[in-house]
Amino acid sequence: MSLSSRHLLGLSGVPKEDIQLILDTARTFREVLERPIKKVPTLQGKTVVNLFYENSTRTRISFELAQKRLSADTINFATSTSSAKKGETFKDTVRNIEAMKVDMIVVRHQSAGVPQYLTKISKANIINAGDGLHEHPTQGLLDMYSINERLGRLEGLKVCIVGDVAHSRVALSNIYGLKTMGAQVSVCGPSTMIPFGIEALGIKVYHKIEEALKENDVLNVIRIQLERDAGRRIPSLREYHNYFGVTTERIEKFNKDIVILHPGPINRGVELSSEVADGPYQVILDQVTNGVAVRMAVLYLLGTMHS
Amino acid sequence: MDIKAKLFDEEGFNRTLTRLAHEILERNKGSKNLVLVGMRTRGEFIGSRIFQKIKEIDKSEPDFGVLDVTLYRDDFRTRLKQPEIGVTNITFDINDKHVILIDDVLYTGRTVRAALDALMDLGRPTTIQLCVMVDRGHRELQIRADFVGKNIPTSINEEVRVRIKETDGEDAIYLVNAPSKN
Repeated sequence: MSLSSRHLLGLSGVPKEDIQLILDTARTFREVLERPIKKVPTLQGKTVVNLFYENSTRTRISFELAQKRLSADTINFATSTSSAKKGETFKDTVRNIEAMKVDMIVVRHQSAGVPQYLTKISKANIINAGDGLHEHPTQGLLDMYSINERLGRLEGLKVCIVGDVAHSRVALSNIYGLKTMGAQVSVCGPSTMIPFGIEALGIKVYHKIEEALKENDVLNVIRIQLERDAGRRIPSLREYHNYFGVTTERIEKFNKDIVILHPGPINRGVELSSEVADGPYQVILDQVTNGVAVRMAVLYLLGTMHS
Repeated sequence: MDIKAKLFDEEGFNRTLTRLAHEILERNKGSKNLVLVGMRTRGEFIGSRIFQKIKEIDKSEPDFGVLDVTLYRDDFRTRLKQPEIGVTNITFDINDKHVILIDDVLYTGRTVRAALDALMDLGRPTTIQLCVMVDRGHRELQIRADFVGKNIPTSINEEVRVRIKETDGEDAIYLVNAPSKN
């Protein structure tokens, strides 16, 4: 069994078998993470570059750990300390890094389409770690892994993505991935945060968090992205919390079986109350642990593939 | 399957398992500090049979786990097909234990090398002893089995097929002509 593509650029168009293979493989690595020595020699001799043009804690550490636990050699690149500051073009930077013989590139960039462009100028396997408002496929995969871990299936589940869906790459990867796996996807948020015409994808739109809670098995609550100018789309954070915040009272009143996901970092008291963020309905830290296993699976499946 | 000879039928298979269980208990003076580890996939089922035998003979229950060595293989760079990986399920401590590593066929020794590395990552056993149903020769590494069901000298063009009820519907071992590579 192999993946059908040698890159992971997004979950759009990725066949069900590929997603299933990644999720199944991740289960193996989940076990490795429980061992006293959390390292296997599988990617010995492979070199991976983490090319991060945008800030990240979770994703970068998660990728780096995944690489180290597979015994790959890793190099971290952050724009703030690089020659990109001196005006080197993206293409030149990549060409130079590639001249040092790297096998895989994990890329995060503020512009959508950069991973796709990389496949044209580099021979390495490309993994998208978030590109602009486009996709964040490994986050979509780890969300699916975490839902499946808690509820035992994806097929037929009702999953609602809550928050600034229009400006979220996590939302888009979730929508593509979950739909491929046979889940029913809906979105919830103020109309300024819901992309125009999203119903055409067969996605139900809620404007009331109470209804979204009542009618779904899972809420994937997306962060309100203050750095992406969320203030223009909502009157205030407090008002957003009053109308769309997920609180214990709402959960207990409308759906006690709900599973809450959040990709982090959490704005406590905005999209989630602190009580929910630490409470029994959420799987937020499981998502983080599973993220390492899922990224190990992706690195393994791409890194051991024969071209 | 181009069969050349049937090496074991169900009865012979069962008798050999009984003998192996006795030998393991004899060499280790009972089942104290003994743990059994079957190697995926067929070693897992042979291991569970030996586990049942030891339970019957010794009235004791050593720990039994399953090891998947795919991540430790040395042929990732050369094989054309990506191997499927399974889950290792060893929930007990192997530190200071006598580990009996169980597989169906011992051939080049490379899988056992991978298994030794995998076990070392799980702890520091006192001893690791190897138990196989069939030793067919052609070693590429210095590895020797402690408990052998049957030694069968083979040619490179032959294969030993172990079939077991759980996955193949019968307990038997066959010597077959290897399917041609092209």
